[in-house]
Amino acid sequence: MADGAREPLVQVRGLKMHFPITSGLLRRQVGAVKAVDDVSFDILPRETLGMVGESGCGKSTTGRAVLRLYDITAGSIRIEGAEIGSLSQTALRRLRPKMQMVFQDPQASLNPRMTVAAIIGEPLDEHTRWGRRERLDRIYELMDAVGLNRNFANRYPHEFSGGQRQRIGIARALALNPAFIVCDEPIAALDVSIQAQVVNLLEELQERFGLTYLFISHDLSMVRHIATRVAVMYLGKIVELAPREALYADPLHPYSQALLSAVPDPDPSLAEKVERIILTGDVPSPSSPPQGCNFCTRCPQVMPVCREIEPETREVSHGRFVACHLHDATHDPTGGRTPGTRQEPNQQGVTR
Amino acid sequence: MFTYTLRRLAFAVPTVLIISLIVFLLLDLAPGDPTADLPLTIPVEVREQIRMALGLGEPVHIRYLKWLEMMLVNEPLHALANMTGWDVTRDAPRILSWQTRSPVGDIIAQRIPQTLWVVGLGYIFGVLIALPIGIISAYRQYSWFDQVGTFVSMVGFSVPTFFTGVVLILVFSVWLGWFPSMYDTTLEVRDWDSFVRQVKQIILPVSVLALFNASQISRFMRASMLDNLNQDYVRTARAKGLKEQTVVLTHVLRNSMIPVVTVIALGIPAVFSGAIITEQIFRVNGLGHALIGAIYANDIPMVQTITFIFAVLIVLFNLIADVLYGLLDPRIRYD
Repeated sequence: MADGAREPLVQVRGLKMHFPITSGLLRRQVGAVKAVDDVSFDILPRETLGMVGESGCGKSTTGRAVLRLYDITAGSIRIEGAEIGSLSQTALRRLRPKMQMVFQDPQASLNPRMTVAAIIGEPLDEHTRWGRRERLDRIYELMDAVGLNRNFANRYPHEFSGGQRQRIGIARALALNPAFIVCDEPIAALDVSIQAQVVNLLEELQERFGLTYLFISHDLSMVRHIATRVAVMYLGKIVELAPREALYADPLHPYSQALLSAVPDPDPSLAEKVERIILTGDVPSPSSPPQGCNFCTRCPQVMPVCREIEPETREVSHGRFVACHLHDATHDPTGGRTPGTRQEPNQQGVTR
Repeated sequence: MFTYTLRRLAFAVPTVLIISLIVFLLLDLAPGDPTADLPLTIPVEVREQIRMALGLGEPVHIRYLKWLEMMLVNEPLHALANMTGWDVTRDAPRILSWQTRSPVGDIIAQRIPQTLWVVGLGYIFGVLIALPIGIISAYRQYSWFDQVGTFVSMVGFSVPTFFTGVVLILVFSVWLGWFPSMYDTTLEVRDWDSFVRQVKQIILPVSVLALFNASQISRFMRASMLDNLNQDYVRTARAKGLKEQTVVLTHVLRNSMIPVVTVIALGIPAVFSGAIITEQIFRVNGLGHALIGAIYANDIPMVQTITFIFAVLIVLFNLIADVLYGLLDPRIRYD
């Protein structure tokens, strides 16, 4: 794939997801938790966009909002060119086969009273008119694809281990041949040894079925392993979005720098040399973010302008987007454009 | 599952025996004299003879064992003989009521149909009202429907039946004159006219009980639905692109029904016993009414027997609730 101008599969612009805070006798709205506040990104076909950030920064909310599991506050979401940001839930139902999600908690996200076959087969009942035979064949095919023994088809989720349950969740998501899958911390609830298996399975399936992932995780090394490009979120906003290698080698945003400095290095001699940036203070409440830059309360390189003007997202070099006043002067002449469309075309094939 | 049920049944035997001992001893130790209601002119010696004739001369453990034999062996045999006409009773002695000197078993058999009709209907209607209210309240949490439903169920649960019953009688019988205040057990349904009269007289007691039961069960249903509505698997179901109806009815409701079904099963013994007060208010000639009458009259064999039957029903329905739970929830396996 040498053409740099591939059409993005997923195009998100100005996505906002605010949850109302009500109080008082009449439950009037007194404010909003700005879980996701003006987020824009693109995901190209067959690539994996990693999304990292600390707990509560809005990663999962973004993932769910992109699939319209929430009714979003504002913004536009286009998947394969079709605008879904404003569709009704009824109209969305028909589009669900195209976009699926692998959930974080493989135990809770599977209905405890349904067998594996019923869980995987239910989307087929809903969206196809297949007979029993075809349906069962497809279920077996999916179980094979995710490495589950066919004999387990009539068992219940609680009879499986965490890794196997996550495989059920993945098979379920694959049932209708989706193009786009949001993986919402799919490995966070698993043992380390199982994490690798599941991530390898996800990569293998991506290869086989040409899937596009939005991979949400707080495991920075795992994101480095699987993602093509990485978006760093802080307090409901994307602060930096860059190709994986570039981001991990040279993070531009002070928050990305702090976040990546927290990744432990397996080599003790190297680990001693790494300078750990320790942030002070707590994350401000998403219901009342600070004026100016969201990160200004904790930023080690804060400037007066940060407390007044919210930084714009700029393309500082080819395919690297950052929202920080530190990079205002150095930005690319084409900067200020919407992120993502001009990405390094060869990132997909980089050997790890 | 089958072995589990058998084992539970086997364990129920000592439980029931211990309950029978407690019931028997408690009532036996309670003060009271079967001859106290008789005229004061009866001389003391005659009173003593009456006591002897009632079997009170024996020591307590002999009386307990005899009562147990009559309760567990003779009475079921007589009931069987009455139903089938077989001659299996061998004229074994029966538990006699001190009030009427007739077998307790016969009195209970006469009273049970009224109780089952009135209280049973109250329970069935209660459940039928409660389930949809609970489901809609939970699905539209904090809507006006939920607010009204929660308030009504709070009132229905906290106001005792002897109050609602009297209020309904006052409004619908005294002021409006729509329904009779007393339940006539001698009424036979033969034609349309008597059917209408039956319906009219059953409405008030049934609605009192239905309100009480519905408020309890609808709260359970609502809480259970709310528990499940926020579960991750519901989001999974939505992400599959299922119809909202399928999501709520197939995924949420079925899972929410597990605890509710067991609560409903556990409430069934109360159909027999819990309506004592309501039966009293509406003069329904049922089991609860018989129990109250027997307590007033110091009719200890009658009280012992009815209490024991309630205890057995409670043990039995506890077992049924547990078995139902195992059948409904695949995560629970009793082996």
